[in-house]
Amino acid sequence: MNVQKTALYNYHKNLGAKFVPFAGYEMPIQYKDGIVKEHISTRTHAGFFDVSHMGQFFLEGDETLIEALERIIPADLKNLKINHSKYSFILNTEGGIIDDLIITRTEKGFCIILNAACKENDIKQISQFLTKNHKHLLNNNLSLIALQGPKSVDILEKLIPGVSSLKFMTGNNFDYEGEKLYITRSGYTGEDGFEISISNKKVEKLIDYLISNDVKPIGLGARDTLRLEAGLCLYGHDLNEKINPVEANLKWAIAKKRKEVGGFNGWEKIKNLLANGSEKIRVGIKPDGKVIARENTKIFSSENDEIGLVTSGTFGPSVNAPVAMGYVKSEFSEVGTSIQLEVRGKKYGGKISELPFYKKSYVK
Amino acid sequence: MSEKKFSKKHEWVSLDGDVATVGITKHATEMLGDIVFVEVPDAGKAVEKEGQAAVVESTKAASDVYSPISGEITEGNKAIADDPGSVNSDPEGASWFFKLKIKDKGEYDSLMSKDEYDKFCKENPS
Repeated sequence: MNVQKTALYNYHKNLGAKFVPFAGYEMPIQYKDGIVKEHISTRTHAGFFDVSHMGQFFLEGDETLIEALERIIPADLKNLKINHSKYSFILNTEGGIIDDLIITRTEKGFCIILNAACKENDIKQISQFLTKNHKHLLNNNLSLIALQGPKSVDILEKLIPGVSSLKFMTGNNFDYEGEKLYITRSGYTGEDGFEISISNKKVEKLIDYLISNDVKPIGLGARDTLRLEAGLCLYGHDLNEKINPVEANLKWAIAKKRKEVGGFNGWEKIKNLLANGSEKIRVGIKPDGKVIARENTKIFSSENDEIGLVTSGTFGPSVNAPVAMGYVKSEFSEVGTSIQLEVRGKKYGGKISELPFYKKSYVK
Repeated sequence: MSEKKFSKKHEWVSLDGDVATVGITKHATEMLGDIVFVEVPDAGKAVEKEGQAAVVESTKAASDVYSPISGEITEGNKAIADDPGSVNSDPEGASWFFKLKIKDKGEYDSLMSKDEYDKFCKENPS
């Protein structure tokens, strides 16, 4: 497969980006300032992220489109209002997570933001439920820019009046440079912010404006430390096809009505797990000292029994301590439980921790 | 104290009598990025030339620090374990990793000079 580039590739290069291959794309892992400074400037001011590698998948159709999507996505799409978004999943017949996503109701149907590494398969999985009454398009002519951090709202409102009235997890169309942009108030850093869908032709102009307002470019490195502090999952690490939403501690993302009525892939299994609990569950983990428990670190009980595995771990710059997430046997999942983490052959103490590690209130 | 010598694994060594001081180079810290964890060896530990002696982790990844010279550790620098970020600010000064009593000065002599190391870094960018 050819390595793909986003419309901003050369722009990133001029900003001093270091690139890494990610999900088939050459993406910036960091810029000149480095991960910690990028992380802190997102938390204290604002940062922008080029997330154009993610899929922007548009669906249109009659009433039957909702029924089709609800077969594979456990959100209450029927009652989702226009311009409102939900975090949800594409599920396989075993209830395993094929991808996690944000779905937004649009005037004509839905827009789904898909993970870059999963988007082709996602579309294949969704398509099996679609008919000739449904149109779909993965729009590669659009870039997607996440603007995140406490100053995002003031900075974007100056350029695009009206965005400040958006509530968290809602969106709308806005005029910019003779073009309609779709902007949602959302993100994946634990900060207030926006995701801006904009044509590849106009995206550089938007970034020029953001940079002139001291918004720093943020790479995948800081995106990872930000989302982990916010307790958010990274597909392919914390989530995969063998993990279901109950194990992932994401049962809140399955609509109440859908839990009761079902009618989606894997419902029988999920219903059973909701009633009886799962054998393992995703938890937050804080090492006691400074040691970093990275992905695949084995987790042991205080009695030295192996009880699980870390799926994401790093140093959290805002928490100023190492943070991790992983799966443990459910009987060890209570917050405060002492555990041991095996790093380079040595066992280090740690505790099951609340998620998120870093809290901030969204604009509701 | 002698002039600094350098290894291909990006460690520096200076020699005072038969006690060597070892750290990682400025170039290494620039490649690693923000350093967030350091583990230094305890006194008494024997290390081989090019054997694993310490650990350094940045926000990106964990890396081993090798001893460019064999000997017995006399001291690990606890200050950098307490404040890993200090390695970014003064890698070739106060933020040394460990000291060791060397066995063979020939190992030190065979390492690269500053000029040779700078040339090596230019020819092997990463």
